[in-house]
Amino acid sequence: MNSRQLRQSLWFSIFGLLTLAVVAAIVVIFYRIGRDGLGVLSWEFLTKPPRRNMTEGGIMPAIVGTFYVSVLTLVISVPVGMAGAIYLHEYAGQSWLVRVIKLSIRNLSGVPSIVYGLFGLGLFAATFKLGTSLLTSALTLALMSLPWVITASEEALKAVPNGFREASFGLGATRWQTISRVVLPNAVPGMATGAILALARAAGETAPILLTGAAFFLPRLPRSPGDRFMALPYHLYILATQHTQIETVRPLAYGTALVLIAMVMLLNLVAIIWRYRIRKNRLW
Amino acid sequence: MKRTGIAPESHLQANTFRRKLIDQFIRFGFLCSGLLVTAILLLIFGFLISKSWPALIEIGPMEFLTGQRWMPSSPRGAGYGALPMILSSIVVTVAALIIAVPWGVGAAIFINEIAPTKLKELLKPFIEMLAIFPSVVLGFFGLVALGPFIANLFGLSSGLNGLTGAIVLAVMSLPTIVSISEDALNSVPNAYREASYGLGANRWETIARVSLPSASSGIIAGVMLGFGRAVGETMAILMAAGNALNMPITEILGMPVPTLMKSVRTLTANIAIEGSDVAWGSLHYHSLFVLALILFVITFAVNLVADIMHNRFHKLNRAR
Repeated sequence: MNSRQLRQSLWFSIFGLLTLAVVAAIVVIFYRIGRDGLGVLSWEFLTKPPRRNMTEGGIMPAIVGTFYVSVLTLVISVPVGMAGAIYLHEYAGQSWLVRVIKLSIRNLSGVPSIVYGLFGLGLFAATFKLGTSLLTSALTLALMSLPWVITASEEALKAVPNGFREASFGLGATRWQTISRVVLPNAVPGMATGAILALARAAGETAPILLTGAAFFLPRLPRSPGDRFMALPYHLYILATQHTQIETVRPLAYGTALVLIAMVMLLNLVAIIWRYRIRKNRLW
Repeated sequence: MKRTGIAPESHLQANTFRRKLIDQFIRFGFLCSGLLVTAILLLIFGFLISKSWPALIEIGPMEFLTGQRWMPSSPRGAGYGALPMILSSIVVTVAALIIAVPWGVGAAIFINEIAPTKLKELLKPFIEMLAIFPSVVLGFFGLVALGPFIANLFGLSSGLNGLTGAIVLAVMSLPTIVSISEDALNSVPNAYREASYGLGANRWETIARVSLPSASSGIIAGVMLGFGRAVGETMAILMAAGNALNMPITEILGMPVPTLMKSVRTLTANIAIEGSDVAWGSLHYHSLFVLALILFVITFAVNLVADIMHNRFHKLNRAR
């Protein structure tokens, strides 16, 4: 082996090791949280509220709260985001306005989550007098998830072949008729998978809800959007760092982390499988 | 509407007119929802300025940017110096990228240029899994696993310091850096590689002297994007870096040098800690908006530069 080949195999093994290290990091994280979290998982843990200053019992209110806040978030952001994507992809051409909107989308997705949190606190909770509540958190998360929803919806619209639109125009349909009867029926499944992915991301977000409505502990489930709520990621943060008996509740923190990961992965899996089936059943 | 036979001419025209009118209305509605995004961005910026204004007037911007004492609720002389947090944010983020960039770019080279197709198909979704971990979970991992490990390694009493925070941030930014580097390598035309092979270069020489240099501006855009993400990251750093208000600076031979061995509190972590129980409308409340404004300006500037570089890279590629 000459020196050139030697140098090549040396570098290739370094890159191989770096890749292996990425894989190892993922495996180690899974292993640690899985090992210590599985022991806590039980039917009771998933279906009962916390007891005795959160040192015993389950995390049911946090699971329900996360479900409420992320669904409410999507109810707000998906219609707006879809409409924005339809404008960008179906109506707008290549004007400066479109460039400005697209630049705004990219910049909005770069705004730190805690800045959204403080903004939501200042605007929705303090200025609009909504207080720290489920609605305030959902509005804040909706602003944050808007760029994700628009980008995903645009991808779904891109996947509809232009021939469909041209055929519809050729039959004398207006643009709106084309969109509502030809483009959207073909794009909605793709948009829905994007919405599920956004749901998974919103469910895992902590910083925005930390300041706008997530509660340490509540004896009952939220009954209206004006109530505060418990949430899985916030619950994990509390158990891990803010609790007075950190060591006692550590197993519960592992369990919460595991449930949160499982939930997010499950949602992602649903989206991936659904997308795969859409692609398979596509007629074009 | 049930249509039988041929509609009278006038009816048809009225109908077309109505349809066009509806179309214009709907177009306008969609335009508004598109513009909403820009409006929200401006609203956030404007709101941050208006809410930080009272603090900026009363305390002065220089105190925030250069002061070293942050004690907003101290009864004897409150301090509003955010410099320790600004420096902590920057030092930890830069350290995270120093770890993540060679790591991520190396992995991207392996996946894109070296690994056989089957392995590649396996590795890509596996690494993307890292991107769906909620940041609070990675922060938790830093707190319970990485922190103690670092403490053992360096013989510290607590492992929650800048280094642990930086490693967690590095792991978090890996998927972004890997996927963007991979895209950049992918968009290098194969003819470049073939020409290099034709001149007798082996695969490594081709990667080092042809593929990587051609992809470099795309990779740099990705790194900038990673910087923007990492500097704005909250939960992971909040849980892993210890949160003591320290300057991330130590002296070696009388020279100030950045250090990762101290417990640090970043801008994001401070807003998270103090934001939940600050009295609305107080000077402390307004000063938190100043911190948010600083963060917003940093991330906005970084993202804008990343965007410009990204566009330039792709324009260059189209020209090829």
